[in-house]
Amino acid sequence: MTPPTMTEAPPSDAPTAGATPALSVRNLTTRFHTQDGTVHAVNGVSFDLSDGEVLGVVGESGSGKSVTMMSLLRLIPSPPGDIAAGEAVFGGEDLLAMDLDDLRAVRGGKVGFIFQDPMTSLNPVVTVGRQIVESLEVHDPGSKKAMWARALELLQLVGIPAAEDRLRCYPHELSGGMRQRVMIAIALACNPQVLVADEPTTALDVTIQAQILELVKELRSKLGMAVIWITHDLGVVAGLVDRVLVMYGGQIVEDAPVAELYAQPRHPYAHGLLASLPSANSRGTRLVNILGQPPDLRSEPDSCSFAPRCPHAFDRCHSENPVLTDVGGRSVACWLDDGRGLGAEGADWGEPVGGASAEGEDA
Amino acid sequence: MGTDTLVSVRDLKKHFPVTKGALRRKVGAVRAVDGVSFDIERGQTLGLVGESGSGKSTIGRTLLRLEEPTEGTVHFDGVDLGGLSPGDLRKTRPRMQMVFQDPHACLNPRMTVSSIIGEPLVEHESMSSKERNARVEELLGLVGLKAEHANRYPHEFSGGQRQRIGIARAIALNPDLIVCDEPIAALDVSIQAQVVNLMEELQDLLGLTYLFISHDLGMVRHIADRVAVMYLGRIMELADVDALYEDPRHPYTRALQSSAPVPDPVVEATREKIVLEGDIPSPSNPPSGCVFSTRCPEAVDRCRSEVPVWREVSPGHGVACHLVDAPAS
Repeated sequence: MTPPTMTEAPPSDAPTAGATPALSVRNLTTRFHTQDGTVHAVNGVSFDLSDGEVLGVVGESGSGKSVTMMSLLRLIPSPPGDIAAGEAVFGGEDLLAMDLDDLRAVRGGKVGFIFQDPMTSLNPVVTVGRQIVESLEVHDPGSKKAMWARALELLQLVGIPAAEDRLRCYPHELSGGMRQRVMIAIALACNPQVLVADEPTTALDVTIQAQILELVKELRSKLGMAVIWITHDLGVVAGLVDRVLVMYGGQIVEDAPVAELYAQPRHPYAHGLLASLPSANSRGTRLVNILGQPPDLRSEPDSCSFAPRCPHAFDRCHSENPVLTDVGGRSVACWLDDGRGLGAEGADWGEPVGGASAEGEDA
Repeated sequence: MGTDTLVSVRDLKKHFPVTKGALRRKVGAVRAVDGVSFDIERGQTLGLVGESGSGKSTIGRTLLRLEEPTEGTVHFDGVDLGGLSPGDLRKTRPRMQMVFQDPHACLNPRMTVSSIIGEPLVEHESMSSKERNARVEELLGLVGLKAEHANRYPHEFSGGQRQRIGIARAIALNPDLIVCDEPIAALDVSIQAQVVNLMEELQDLLGLTYLFISHDLGMVRHIADRVAVMYLGRIMELADVDALYEDPRHPYTRALQSSAPVPDPVVEATREKIVLEGDIPSPSNPPSGCVFSTRCPEAVDRCRSEVPVWREVSPGHGVACHLVDAPAS
């Protein structure tokens, strides 16, 4: 693949964390008002994203990963969704407070978004070339010829063979991996500063996932954009990102550089998540597992949401919600050892129980 | 065939016809499974890995005669399932069960847990309702649920708990074989470990034999005794789990392993990756010669013209590849 050179691409090939963050989120709170009560999906999430940084967001389904990122661009349907508090400063402006016309210039322009399912996020009755051009018409209009040339350039950039023919294809004529490449091409169309990818490889096979991951690494070094990569696959995170946010119950429980998190997770949940993965020598042994079920988010968190499943929980965990505290190079939200999380000895998950006794009780 | 072989599959083929026009004229066939042979020993777990469209699930379904095979035989405990009359087949069914991928779709939302788990008992056993309820309670205990869950409906349970209900239903009739079709793919990471632990525990307790279909190579390495790697309806490599992971001989096995991300940033930063180009070809029009030749980084001319024969590189370790030589003996 010999992709064409991109305009406005910074020459650096290993982007370093800048001093001013590209995106700064503070105390983001999103709720859904449903018939069953208010669901507290995101509870006071704060983080910074540096220029050119790849940030991984991991957590189970329902932990608030996607809702957090969709809230940033106000893509949450309202009602029932309601971004109750917080700010998200991007390029000196608060995305959550700006008026919709200005926000529209950010969505798909300065911030690109890749959704999980390439089968449903492309319009089935419009050719892929037209869908790329559509994004350009809104954000970066030029002559028709120039825009179609740009669309072709983008398809080549994301490694689609015979790109010229593919421009006229409809989504159903492409395979899943190709469709996801088209989604990436659309997200990149306007040279975004930040690319948000919401589980972009979950629906794909591992060999196709490997292709997409290589592509994103290559594009990131070529284009120098910051990437937020939402996933539940801890393997993908290990190979791709610089820093990881671990989310649980709508809150960030640990925010750490990737190597340090995997070497020594400080939050018991992060520890359990990593310990539960099978390894080459786990045969014949029981896998460590986190007992119980994910939390019910229908009440305002007034205690640590992980406490009911945590083997280390003590009185304070059940009565007070820990805040994310900087502990030198990383942040952890845990009361253990005075809010600094687990020590080097790691968590004690006891005799792993899986089958016949475990699993929490709130069916 | 070993003395303690429970399942023995020989040259199994399953082709789905492709029809066209109002007269449903047959214009081709999707070769979902195209000549597959393997054995499963009693009490062991055979892992079946491969990408979507490689025919993993079709093998599972054909094995249980949920699909009629186009060609080939399946022997279950020495009996040829293809030769059984419908009545005899029905008597064999309790001994082979299935756990499905999607715990949300495989349970009837209008039935209570006790009627879901009790249904196979009604069909195949003559039990009084009191005996049946006692058995349901026992099964719930075995899979880590409580007796009071019996009268609830599936929607009241989380994904992991629903998968436990599906497992309870599968073991209700004391089967010998359970085909597990991606049983953990729809579950969260922390819940996957719970379900896998449960399945291993039940295997020890009840002496179950598993065909474990999955695309998660890490989990297959944990649970399986032998592993078959499939691509486009054929088995590319079949070996004991350690041999397959430590000494993979087929280029596809190596590529598949290399594509699976390792949850360790230190390893990820240094390891060599084989990234395959392109997509899996259509099973209705498979490439000539070796089916993997279109994507194989090591393919030579011979691969495109000649179908590789199955050869054993060491006892119990078979590969279908021209580039692998049998040991000089």
